[in-house]
Order: sequence, then structure tokens, then C-alpha cells
Amino acid sequence: MGLSTDGQALDPRTAPEFQTAARSVLNDAQLRKNVRHATTVIQNKRAKVVGELPDWQELREAGGALREHTMKFLDAYLEQFEANCTRAGGVVHWARDAAEAREIVVRLAKESIGDAPSEVIKIKSMTTEEIGLNAALQEAGITPYETDLAELIIQLGKDQPSHIVVPALHKNRAQIREIFQREMHLPHLGETPQDLADAARSFLREKFLRVPTAVSGANFLVAETGGVCIVESEGNGRMCLTLPRTLITIAGIDKVVPRFADLEVLLQVLPRSATGERMNPYNSIWTGVHPGDGPEQFHVVLMDNGRTDVLADEHGRETLHCIRCGACQNACPVYRQTGGHAYGSVYAGPIGAILTPQLQKMEHAESLPYASSLCGACYEVCPVKINIPEVLVHLRSRVVERKTAGLRVLTNAEALAMKTAGSLFRSERRFRAAQRLARMGQGVLARKDGSGEKWISWLPGLLGGWTQVRDLHALPDETFRQWWEEREKSKKHAGGAA
Amino acid sequence: MRVSIFITCYNDTLFPQTGRAMVHVLERLGHHVEFPAGQTCCGQMHYNTGYQTDALTMLPRFVEQFRGAEAVVVPSTSCVTMMRDHYPSMAQRLEASGKYPGIVAEVNALLPVVFEFSEFLTKRLGLTDVGAYFPHRVTYHASCHGLRGLGLGDGPESLLRAVKGIDLVTLPDIERCCGFGGTFAVKNAEVSSAMLAEKVQGVLSTGAEVCAACDNSCLMHIEGALHRQRTGVHTMHLAEILASEPEPNIAAEVRSGDVVAGDSEAVVWV
Ligand code: SF4
Repeated sequence: MGLSTDGQALDPRTAPEFQTAARSVLNDAQLRKNVRHATTVIQNKRAKVVGELPDWQELREAGGALREHTMKFLDAYLEQFEANCTRAGGVVHWARDAAEAREIVVRLAKESIGDAPSEVIKIKSMTTEEIGLNAALQEAGITPYETDLAELIIQLGKDQPSHIVVPALHKNRAQIREIFQREMHLPHLGETPQDLADAARSFLREKFLRVPTAVSGANFLVAETGGVCIVESEGNGRMCLTLPRTLITIAGIDKVVPRFADLEVLLQVLPRSATGERMNPYNSIWTGVHPGDGPEQFHVVLMDNGRTDVLADEHGRETLHCIRCGACQNACPVYRQTGGHAYGSVYAGPIGAILTPQLQKMEHAESLPYASSLCGACYEVCPVKINIPEVLVHLRSRVVERKTAGLRVLTNAEALAMKTAGSLFRSERRFRAAQRLARMGQGVLARKDGSGEKWISWLPGLLGGWTQVRDLHALPDETFRQWWEEREKSKKHAGGAA
Repeated sequence: MRVSIFITCYNDTLFPQTGRAMVHVLERLGHHVEFPAGQTCCGQMHYNTGYQTDALTMLPRFVEQFRGAEAVVVPSTSCVTMMRDHYPSMAQRLEASGKYPGIVAEVNALLPVVFEFSEFLTKRLGLTDVGAYFPHRVTYHASCHGLRGLGLGDGPESLLRAVKGIDLVTLPDIERCCGFGGTFAVKNAEVSSAMLAEKVQGVLSTGAEVCAACDNSCLMHIEGALHRQRTGVHTMHLAEILASEPEPNIAAEVRSGDVVAGDSEAVVWV
């Protein structure tokens, strides 16, 4: 069975710039239709259940405050989690980066598997996607089985996730059926949602019952109790958490919450924002191990992988408040056009545009902070009130800082243009001169249309993008300030004559 | 009231007719209009593209030009959003540099009297009917900065509804971005165009003759596609519609805003 994910992995270090990747996606009419449809459906569901709560804004406020507080004392809460998890019989591991995390998980999986067939079952986890865990497991001779329906579709289709909550959102039902027919060897598979769910169920059931090692991510880690929380809709998670002998959970250090009671807020805002449900069908919280009940061995790998660097940036750190609900992706008009893959990262959309470059220490994915029109729709829906546009603009300034360090400004057309414009705006005289020059300079570009108005339909260089699909009204003969001055003059004359 | 106009750099250069219309409406309402001559730009383009140090240098000029103003009125939702969202922290950085003592206090005093044009009419003056006449089918593009940045809500449309003769049609997906986004339109031209295509479809579906907004930057982008596609649909800043008066005998082109011979103040917007 071809279960390998040998489709090109989403790696921000090697991914093309957003604008380049987007260009090719924009030609995929089917994908764009799927994304538009899916995001619209989820958005509408979200709007409905959010609208039911009279205290939604207060909940967002509380969610944001809670996350801010946690990040402020992150070190203390992580240690508290470690102590409580260990006391309950879990084993806590610390991973500095992706390589360390992969190495730990692979080692633990091997220990658990022993002489049994080399397999693990997996619950959907963006953290494992972030570090490319499946490829690492396969390299070590271990076959990972994704058990979340969407992740299964991605895995069988040798595809990559395009959304943090609904990873196969770019595929429609017919395409999914085709993947199942091919990969599950079911040539006569029907096409109703029921048919597809049944096929996935029987494909997975056997694995739940057979494979004794599971790998999961986490939605929250509760410092106060050492408990781990996962919410899901399909029940595959619950199977993975209860049936296997060994459970290995990997979580970013940002997933911790101080108290059990904090889930009161987060478990209200998360499902409503993520899938438009009032509550997730399955809410699992487990604490350590319990003889005769659930896994006998439980490991938690706490991974940094760039998160402390994010925390160190005063203006960027609110990015870590994210609870991965995906609402910003559904609301984003840019994501709506391109879907997730163009972002070249498992974290796509607005959250990806701020998280990915920061996790890469601003050394890669520099085009992502610019993959936004700053329309603010993401901020409006974010259940923990992350001011994404604000962070985007801050990250742009970090990109510019790198780009214009020292004399590099001289070799960068955009930087040069911005510096020149800056100097014009600092002087009224220079600004006026530039207005005059622009009017003269447009002479060769402006042409009259049918109604005698002047328009420009071709622009050179950096501005060429504008005239690909738009015309530009030629500059009027008189600026506002010239009109005003003339008017004042003639008023004075009139006044003097009277 | 003494009203100072901050025209903004791009309206000054590209859309003088919006400024003229704004002056016309304000004077018709009996206000005294001023135009501080040394004004240039609010710094938005630099700030949002990542050149924040350059944007910083534009703030002292703004303060100097508008110090002591009773009201500063601006025909651009995005520039006002820029000022409200970023001027306080920019002022703090300038003050911390030691070169601009007192600028934090000055900015704090000035910002509460800065208004976007429609906001000035509805919130500061409490008006909806400003005596305009515009017998055309119009749809209103809310613009992200108007909607989410300034929270203008129903304000601009309430002004339009009060215009005599108007046939106002709601734009579908009114809360969705048109894809302009400043330098985004150039840096991510293809995505911006795809967003624009959806917006233009929405505008055309209303059957409107004119698409209005409180921000000429969105309109320049929308107008660019409407013209390229030869749709015959025009765009107008809200101020230009509000400046229009019942002068059915004088035919003038939409957006021409010519000065009528012999009377330097009578601008006719049909
Ligand atoms: S940034 Fe906010 S809206 Fe986006 S995924 Fe994170 S929590 Fe959800």
C-alpha cells in the first residue's frame, strides 16, 4: 500500500516566494473553487454560533488575556506541567528544535514497537507536520498511519495539508473518492459522504485494533494538573488515546495553559471558531497513566523549534497566543484565492504569514508578511484577539531592516523608491516638484479613451503589476493645492475690489 | 466651525475633485474651511510596507501643520486608520529619541479632532441629510479601513440614503476586501487582481451606475478594472455625491467637477 507522503513537503526554507507560488495556484480553477466553497461554508457556520453568544467579545478578551498571561510566565508554567505530568506517571522530554524532536519521537516509537511490525497510528497534529515527522518515521522504517479523515486523504493522495484545521479543504468529494478508489483498491466505491466515511472507517478500524503505538499532538497542556487535552470531531483521536499501549504526544511549548478552569474559556471559543460547532464532539483530557485503563506508557515531547525567539520579540510575541482554530484562514480574502500551499508552510493564511517567518528567525519566508492586503478580517475573527495586521506590519519592518542594512539599500529598487518618496514627503517644496514632474512624465503613457479622458494602461518596472488588469486614470492637470491657492487668490482679488 | 482639511498626498495629486467636493459640502453647511499649505503625507505607505523609520519623520510635520485645529477632516479611511492606530506609538518613539519633546502630548491632543469625512458629518455634526441630489443608481464599497479600522458602520450609507433621487443598492459581500492593500496591489499583483475580479463582479451584479466609497485608493483599483473592462460603471468618492445638487439643466460628466463660469464656488456634480 502506497502510504508514503512523497509529495513535495512544505518547507519554508526551500519554498518559492508567495507571489510566485500563488501565480501557479491561481490557474487551478478547481482548487480555487473548492477553497472558496469550503471557507464560505465554515465561515457561515462560525458566524451563526458566534452570534449566539452575547458575551462573545468578552470571551475573546478573556482568551487573549489568558494567553498573554501564560506567555509572560511560560517558563514557570512549563516546569509546573512537567512536574505534574511526571507525578501522574508521564515522561516529559524537551526538544530544542525539529531535529531533536524527530529524533526523540523516533527513538520512543522504536522502543515501544520492539519486535512488532514497525507501525504507528497518528492523530492529526500540525506540530508533527511542522517537523516533517512522517518522513522521519518512514526513514527509520516505521509506517505512520494518519487516522483523521482529512489527514488520511492527504496521506493517501501524497498531498500536503493546506489548512490547519481542515487540511484537505482544497479537495472536493469527487477527488477524494478517486483517491480512495485508487489507494484502498475499491473500484466500485460510491460517491455519497456516507460511502466515503464508511470506506475510511473500515480502512482505519483494523489499524486501531492492531497497532499498539500512537503519536498525537495536543491542543492544550494543563500546568496545574499535568493533563493533556485534545478536541476532535471524528473519534479517531479517542481511539488512538485509549487503545494503544504507548502514547507519544508532541506539543509546542506554547500549548500550555495555567489551570484546568482556563479550558472553560478556550473550549468555548475554539470549536466555535474552528468548525462552527458549539462544542467538539470529542473532548479528551488525560493525565499520566492509569493501570488497567488506557496506555501503559505515556510520553510528552515539549518542543521549542523557534518559539522562544518569537517570545523574545516584544511586537511579535502575541503570535504565540494562537490556539490554531483556523478562523483567520477562513476569513482571509487572500487565502480564499490561493488556498494554503502557496504559503510554502504547513501554517498558511494569516497565522502562517506571521508564525512561519518568525519560526524561521526571519531567515526564510520573508515574502509571507507581504501576503496580505491588511484588511483586518483575521483580527476581527481571532478568538484570542491577535492583532495579526499589526504583527504583519511589524514583521515587514524586520524584513526591510535586513534588506536595507548598510549599503544594500542602493541595490534594492523598492527600498530606493521608498527612501526617495520619504524625502519628498519631508518637504512641501520637493513634494510639489514631484507632482509637477509626474504630470510631465506621464505624457508618453497617457492615452485618451472614447470619452476623451486620459488613461494609462501600461506602467514600467515595479508598477507593471498594476496595469496587468487595471487602467490608471491619468494625473489631473491641477492638484488640489493648486486649485485651493487659485481660489484663495481670486477670493482676495474679489475682496480687494469690493 | 473652523475645519482644517488634510487632503492626503494621493488625493491631492490624483483626486483633486474629491477635495473640491469636500470643501463644497463643508462650506454649504456653513463651516469655515482651511488648508494648511505645508501638509504632505500621513506616512501610511511607508509604515505599512515596513519603512517605519521613514514614516516616523512625517509625524512632526503633521503636528506642526494642524496644531490648534478645531477639526481636521480627511477624505481617506486608510489614512485616518493609520493615524489612529500608529501615531500614538510613533510619537512615543519620537519623544524617546529626545529630538521632539512634547510630541506625545501634542499627538494625544490632536487625534481626537481628526475625522474621516463621512465620520465628521455623521458623528461629529450628527447629520445624515446634507442637502444633496443625485438621481442615479449607486452602490457603496465599505472599504476595510472604514469598516474594521474606523468602525464607520452604517454611517456612510446613512448619508447616501438621505441623498435625494438616489437609488442605493447594497453591494454583495460588502465586508470583503477589494484587494487593493497599498503596495500589496503591486507586490502581489495576481492575487490582488483575483480579489478585484470578485469585487467587480459584485459591483456589476448591482446594476449600479456608480460605485462610491470613502476611500479613493480602493476606488482607483476598482475603477481601473471597470475602465479596462469597458463596463461603463464609474467610481466616485462619497464627498462628490454629497456635493451634487439639483441643477438638472447643467449637464456635466460624472467626476468632472468643473468650475461653473463666473462663480468660482459653485461646483456642480451631476
Ligand atoms: S491566529 Fe487567531 S484566528 Fe488564526 S488560527 Fe490562531 S487563534 Fe485562530
